[in-house]
Amino acid sequence: MMWDGIYLDYAATTPVDQRVLEAMLPYFRETFGNPSSIHRWGQKSEAAVEQARNKIAQLMGCSASEILFTSCGSESDNFALRGVAYHALKSRGARHILIPPVEHHAVLRTAQDLAENHGFDLEYLPIDPFGSVSAEDLESRIRSDTAIVSIMYANNEIGTINPIQELAAICRAKNVPFHTDAVQAASQLSIDVKSLDVDLMSIGAHKFYGPKGVGALYVRSGVDLLSIQTGGSQEAALRAGTHNVPLIVGMAKALEITVMDREVFNQHYQHLRDQIFSFVQRHIPDVHISGHPQMRLPNHASFVFKGIDGNQLLIALDIAGIGCSSGSACKTGNPEPSDVLKAIGIEDEWALGSLRVTVGRQTTQGDIDTFLEVLPDIILKLRRTHG
Amino acid sequence: MGDQRIIAIAMSGGVDSSVAASLLVEQGEKVIGLMLRLWSDPNQPNRCCSPHDMTIARQVASQLDIPFYTLDAQEVFKHHVVDYFIEGYSQGITPNPCIECNRHIRWNFLYQNALALGATHLATGHYARIAFSDNHYHLLRAIDHHKDQSYVLHMMDQDRLAHAIFPLGHLSKSEVRRRARLRSLPVADRQDSQDLCFIGYLDYHHFLLEHRAPISPPGPIVDIDGNRLGTHKGLAAYTIGQRKGIGVSKPYPLYVIQKEPSRNALLVGSKEQLGRDTFMVDQIHWIDGSEPDQHIQVQVQVRYKSPEIVSEVKLIESEKVFVRLESPLPDVTPGQFAVFYNGEECLGGGVILL
Repeated sequence: MMWDGIYLDYAATTPVDQRVLEAMLPYFRETFGNPSSIHRWGQKSEAAVEQARNKIAQLMGCSASEILFTSCGSESDNFALRGVAYHALKSRGARHILIPPVEHHAVLRTAQDLAENHGFDLEYLPIDPFGSVSAEDLESRIRSDTAIVSIMYANNEIGTINPIQELAAICRAKNVPFHTDAVQAASQLSIDVKSLDVDLMSIGAHKFYGPKGVGALYVRSGVDLLSIQTGGSQEAALRAGTHNVPLIVGMAKALEITVMDREVFNQHYQHLRDQIFSFVQRHIPDVHISGHPQMRLPNHASFVFKGIDGNQLLIALDIAGIGCSSGSACKTGNPEPSDVLKAIGIEDEWALGSLRVTVGRQTTQGDIDTFLEVLPDIILKLRRTHG
Repeated sequence: MGDQRIIAIAMSGGVDSSVAASLLVEQGEKVIGLMLRLWSDPNQPNRCCSPHDMTIARQVASQLDIPFYTLDAQEVFKHHVVDYFIEGYSQGITPNPCIECNRHIRWNFLYQNALALGATHLATGHYARIAFSDNHYHLLRAIDHHKDQSYVLHMMDQDRLAHAIFPLGHLSKSEVRRRARLRSLPVADRQDSQDLCFIGYLDYHHFLLEHRAPISPPGPIVDIDGNRLGTHKGLAAYTIGQRKGIGVSKPYPLYVIQKEPSRNALLVGSKEQLGRDTFMVDQIHWIDGSEPDQHIQVQVQVRYKSPEIVSEVKLIESEKVFVRLESPLPDVTPGQFAVFYNGEECLGGGVILL
């Protein structure tokens, strides 16, 4: 039996762009050499990796030696936090880590692990009800022994964008390494690291129509970090492991398309997203937007519905043919409000009913019309059953 | 989307629900798999919805190419099934948690949720059939009488039967296994579930002790003349009609005849002393939605697997009847359910009182 479907979960992942797929294909069978090999087979692969590095560096406004390839956004986050923190501890005895409590788990759990198992001192930055960090709060909490500050560029769950340029400037003035998790932001916001003036930035390709299983970490030259994956001397001996050539090539192509056509895509996203916002607020009672209403990713709508089980909402939407997500996506069916919604002070009665709707390049006006046609009925039915 | 019917199938990772799902898919239905996460003893895996069962159910769903979701029912299950079970034994009766699970969990919580989520019907792997005639839905025994489960479904009402589907009602268990093998479902050789899913690998008496159920302490074992024969380990450990494990002996085999919570005594006797032919049934539910005439002749079944006996049923008041069996049964047990049949049709049932 065929199931029609409308995919509205582009923040979770995106389909690989056809041009990206084509760019990758030769590197599975024709040009398959190990980039670390001496011979011509290896040289061809190495050239592809370095060409990809150059392209990504150009798109991010940095030099090629400042780009490290990883296996995903989460690895980039881990690499940044652990690598810098371990080095800071070793070189100057710094143990203090500053993050807001609404970071993606790749940063949050990593920082918690550093505190629980590696002797670091984790402090949470205050956030406003939209989940963003202010320059004043950051400034007042940086200490002389701060090893690293990590603040996400845009929140995956609630879409809020942080004033990264301002926050980075404070860290620069105090000479403290500043990392931003740009995994969710890279598909839509400027990732020019020079104008943002960050020290480290994490991205993952599958969020911008590239393949899964590859990411990158920008490390500004002069920022020291220890390796967290040892072995061969790939990536300046900082990240061992044979390069995943086709995926690296694909990431570069995907980022190129993303940056070149960013404005066009963003207009398309925002046009559709704003319809979702205004319709839901007009036609469904007991609902709030989560995250900032304006300072947010253009493709990102997120809500909390009072008295709804978010998990069931996702199931009902899927049965109606629509794929969305919530903050507390849990396949095992154990309802728990998300850490992010709790941290921005949303009560459980609302936080359990979270919904994230994210549009993408393939989303059409018809998709949004259909979605908005079925949503109110589903909310009504679920509320009737559980009310 | 549209007016097409959408059938939710309750999946457990077992052979029955998996084959039921595959039958629906083959019939061209639009099917979704739902699995409940049930409460289990924190120290014991729930034998019906362990992570392993969930993995298998997911595998089956993916093989059948149907979406699969899990719903959290731990709280309602604990309340309506586990607490009921503990409480029943504490009151000296023998509860039937499988029936309460069908009443409150499958055919209420899951049923309501399935419809709210957008399904038009709920299917389960139960062995029973549904027929429609005279403007009524009828619950019928499965073709395979050995596997028939209409007993645990006697609480179904007209509304539920209208939205229920039992794809296995016309199949034998061996046919179900054959089909599972034929379709290479990863469940073909899984054992049937037995006993209570939520007590893990404990026996129920240990479970009650571990959960500090206020069950009776040890007390006297007496015969019908009042002679004390020994000490029982708490009434909850015994069931009426039980022969093995009583712990006292006579020249002839002894059976548990009755439990007497008032003096905490376990009454035992010979096979001839066992059995009764009259009892009351309370909280009766009739599937067709209306009380029968004052006096009807039906067949009654007093346990899930006991034989049906011809009986007269006399209406005493609303939802309460007096039952006289044609011949006595050894295991008429308070707390268990008496379920009434007219031939193949399950009419309804209620709780046995003495």
